[in-house]
Amino acid sequence: MHLYDLPLVFALVGLALYVVLGGADFGAGFWQLTAGRGRTGERIRDHAHQSVAAVWEANHVWLIFVLTVVWTAYPAAFGSIASTLSFALFIAAIGIIFRGTAYALRSGASGRRGRRTIDLLFGISSVLTPFALGAAVGGIASRRVPVGNAAGDLFSSWLNPTSIFVGLLAVVSGSYLAAVYLSADARRLGDDDLERRFRIRALGSGIVAGAMAVAGLFVIHHDAHPLYDGLVNGSGRPALVISAVAGVGTLGLVWARRFEAARYGAVIAVAAVVAGWALAQNPVFLPGLTVKQAAASHDVLVAVIVAVVAGGVILFPSLGVLFRLLLRGRLDHASEEGGLERPRGTEIDTRPVLMGRLAAALLLAGFGFLNVAEAGWAHAIGAACLLCFVATGFAAAVPLRS
Amino acid sequence: MLGTALAPVSQHYLDEARQMQALSFMVHIPLVCFGIAFPAMVLFAEWLYLRTGDDLYRTLARRWTRVMVALFAVGVVTGTILSFEMGLLWPDFTGTFGAVFGLGFAIEGFSFFLEAIFIGIYVYGWDRLSARWHFASGFPIVIAGMTGSLMVISVNGWMQHPSGFAMRSGQAVDVHPVDALFGNWFFWHELVHMYIAGYIVTGFLVAGAYAFARLRGRWGRYERTALAIPLTIAALASPAQVLVGDWAAREVAVAQPTKLAALEGVPKTTRGAPEHLLGWYTDGRVKYGLRIPKLLSFLAYHDPNARVQGLDAVPPDRRPPVNVVRVAFQLMVGIGTLLALLGVVFLAVRIRRRRLPESRWFYRALTLAGPLSLVALIAGWVTTEVGRQPWVVYQVMLTTQAVTGASGIPVGYATLVAVYALLAVAVAWVLRRLARAPLAHVAAQYENA
Repeated sequence: MHLYDLPLVFALVGLALYVVLGGADFGAGFWQLTAGRGRTGERIRDHAHQSVAAVWEANHVWLIFVLTVVWTAYPAAFGSIASTLSFALFIAAIGIIFRGTAYALRSGASGRRGRRTIDLLFGISSVLTPFALGAAVGGIASRRVPVGNAAGDLFSSWLNPTSIFVGLLAVVSGSYLAAVYLSADARRLGDDDLERRFRIRALGSGIVAGAMAVAGLFVIHHDAHPLYDGLVNGSGRPALVISAVAGVGTLGLVWARRFEAARYGAVIAVAAVVAGWALAQNPVFLPGLTVKQAAASHDVLVAVIVAVVAGGVILFPSLGVLFRLLLRGRLDHASEEGGLERPRGTEIDTRPVLMGRLAAALLLAGFGFLNVAEAGWAHAIGAACLLCFVATGFAAAVPLRS
Repeated sequence: MLGTALAPVSQHYLDEARQMQALSFMVHIPLVCFGIAFPAMVLFAEWLYLRTGDDLYRTLARRWTRVMVALFAVGVVTGTILSFEMGLLWPDFTGTFGAVFGLGFAIEGFSFFLEAIFIGIYVYGWDRLSARWHFASGFPIVIAGMTGSLMVISVNGWMQHPSGFAMRSGQAVDVHPVDALFGNWFFWHELVHMYIAGYIVTGFLVAGAYAFARLRGRWGRYERTALAIPLTIAALASPAQVLVGDWAAREVAVAQPTKLAALEGVPKTTRGAPEHLLGWYTDGRVKYGLRIPKLLSFLAYHDPNARVQGLDAVPPDRRPPVNVVRVAFQLMVGIGTLLALLGVVFLAVRIRRRRLPESRWFYRALTLAGPLSLVALIAGWVTTEVGRQPWVVYQVMLTTQAVTGASGIPVGYATLVAVYALLAVAVAWVLRRLARAPLAHVAAQYENA
C-alpha cells in the first residue's frame, strides 16, 4: 500500500462504519415506516426510536468524516463526484434534514397521533437518504462520473440499473442490520414479543438482502462490467465470499436466537460489500483518474493521516464508552439502574466582592492589551483577559438565591 | 499530476447559488451558538444542583437538556448540509483547494464526533449514570464546542487571508496545510468574536424567553434563576464583545483594506478619513450619514491622520457590494452596542442593589434582545463573507470560478427554502411544547424516569 492509498482506506473504513451503524439507524426508520397501526405498531416504533436515540448523531458523523477526508486528500475527485451527482446528493441532504427534524420533534411530542406523524416523516426520510446515497455510489462504481465540474450526466449518472440496485441494497441491508440489532436489544430488555417480531423481520430482510445481492450480480454484469469483473474474477472475490458466508451464517444465528453473535456477523456481511467494491475498483478512482493521480501532495496526505490517527486515539475510546453504556442498557429508557444519590447541600460562597474587583481589573487589562497595544502577543493576552473577565464577572454577579 | 484542478464553467445562476449557501449559513449559525454556549449553561445549573442539592437546579438543568438535544439534532443536520454544499455548489473551490483547507474540517469532524458521542451519553445518562460521571460527561461537549469552532474558523480565516500554498496555472501547489490553517494570524479575532457571540446569542435568547414569561405574569423562583444565569453571561460577554470587535476591525484594516473601505464607504484613499454613522453609499459618497472627522483613521490605525485605502484602489468589478456590507456592519455594531448597554444596566442593578431589575421596560428590552442578537450575529457574518466578495479565496479565486456547472440550482434553492421553512416551524413548535410542559409535571416525570 502507498501513502496515497491510506486516506482512501480511512474513508472506506469510515464508509463501512457509516453503513453498518448509520445504515442500521436508517433501517430502524424503515421498520417504523412499516410498523403498521395500533398498539403493536406503536410499540415497534417506540422500540426503534429508543434504540437509536442516544447514538444516531454519533453514527451520522461517519458520513461527514468520509466527505472531509475525501475532499482533503482527493480534492479533484471530490469536486467531480459532488458536481455530477449533485441531484442524488441533494436528495440525500434533504432526507438528512428531515431525519434530524423528526428526531428533534419527537422530544416535544406527547400524543400518540403526533408521534405517529413524526415517525412517518422519520421513516420516509430513512428510506430516501440511503437510497440516494447508494445511487450515488452506484454512479461512481459504474464509472459514470468523469473528471470535471458537472462533466457527467446529471440524471443518468445516478438513475441507472447499477445505481438503482445499490440504492435498494442500501435500504434493504440497513433494514436487515436494524432488525438484527433491534432483536438483540429486545432480548436485553426481556421483551419476548418484540424479540419475536424483530427476529421475523431480521430473517425476512436477510433473505431479501441475500437474494438481491445475487440478482445484483446480473445487473452489474450487464451494466457495469468492469466492476463485475473485479468482484467476481478479480481482487474483490475474497470479500464477496466473506460477505456471502457471513450473511448465511448470520441468518443461522438469528434463527438460533443468538442475537449478540448475529450482530457481528451482520456487520461483517455488510462491511465486506464495501470492501469488495473498493477492491474491485482499485486502482481506478474515476474513469481516467487513478487513486494516485487524484491524491493531494505528500504534505497534505501526511497531515490528514496524522490528524486521523490522532483523532482516532480520542474517538475510539469515546465511542467505546458510548456503545458499552448502550449495550449494557445503561442508557435505556426503562432502566432503573444508576446513581441517584442526593448531593450534599452546601452553601455556595462566591466571594462576590473579591471576584467583582478581579473582573474589573481583567476588563481594564483586556482593554489595554487588546485595544490600545499593537503587538500580536499583547492581543493574545488581551483576548484571554476578556474571557477571564467574563468568567470572574459571572462568578461575582450570578444570583444564586434570588 | 492529473486533475488537481477543475476548469471553471459558466453558471447562469451564480447569485442563486450564493444565496442558497448564505441561507444555509443563516439557518445553521444560530444553532452553532447554542452548541457553543448552551452546554456550559446546562452544566452550570447541574453543578449548582450538585453543590446545593436543590431540586430547582436539577429541574432547570433537565429542562434545558431537552432543549439542548433538540437544537443539537437540528444543528447536526444543518451542518451536514453545509458540508454537502461545499461540493454541490462549489466543486471547483473544494477541487482546487480542498487539500489546503480540508484538514481543518477533517479535525473538526472529530470534535463533532466527540460532541455527538457525549451528548448521547449526557442526555440519556441522566439518572442512569452516577451524579459525578454524568456531570463529567458534559465537559467533552463544552470542549468540543470550542475546538470545533476553532477548526471551522481557521478555514474561514484562511479564505479571508490565504497562505500556505502557491498558485501555478490554476492549481494549488506547494501546499502546507498546517501552516495555511494554523500559521495564519488572521483567524484569531474571528474565533474570539464568534465564540463570545455564541454566549451572547444563547444568553439573550434564553433569558429573553423568561423575560417574556415574566411580562405574561410567570415569575417564580424557577423563572428568576433560569433568567439570571444566561443573562449574567450575556451581560458580561456583550461589553467584552465591543472591545473584541474593535480589535477585529483593526485586523481587517490591515489584511483586507478593500473590505474596510466597503464597511465604511470610503471612495478614495484618504489621510485622516472620517467615520460615517448610518447613511447610504451612493455616487461615491455616504449620503445622509452622520460624519465624524478623522475618527475612522483613529479607530483603524490609532492615528487621526493615518492613510485609509479607498475603494478606488481596486477596479470596480473587484469591489464588494458596498451598501450590503455597510448596512450589515452598522447593524451589527449598532445592535452590539445596545446589547452591551443593556448588559451594563443589568450588571449595575445586580451589583449595586444585589437583585434583578424590576422595571417592565427592562424586560421588554430583554425580550427584544434575543432576536436582535440573532440579527447582529447574521449581520456580522454578512459583513465578513459578503465583504470578501467577489473572492471566495481572497485575491486568489473568484466566486465565479468556484461555482458548480450543474443545472437545477433554482429548483434546489426553492426546495431548500421550503424545507428550511418547515424546519423553522418544527423548531418553533418543539420549543413551545418544551416550554409549556408544566413544571410539576416535568419534575414528577423526572422522578419516575
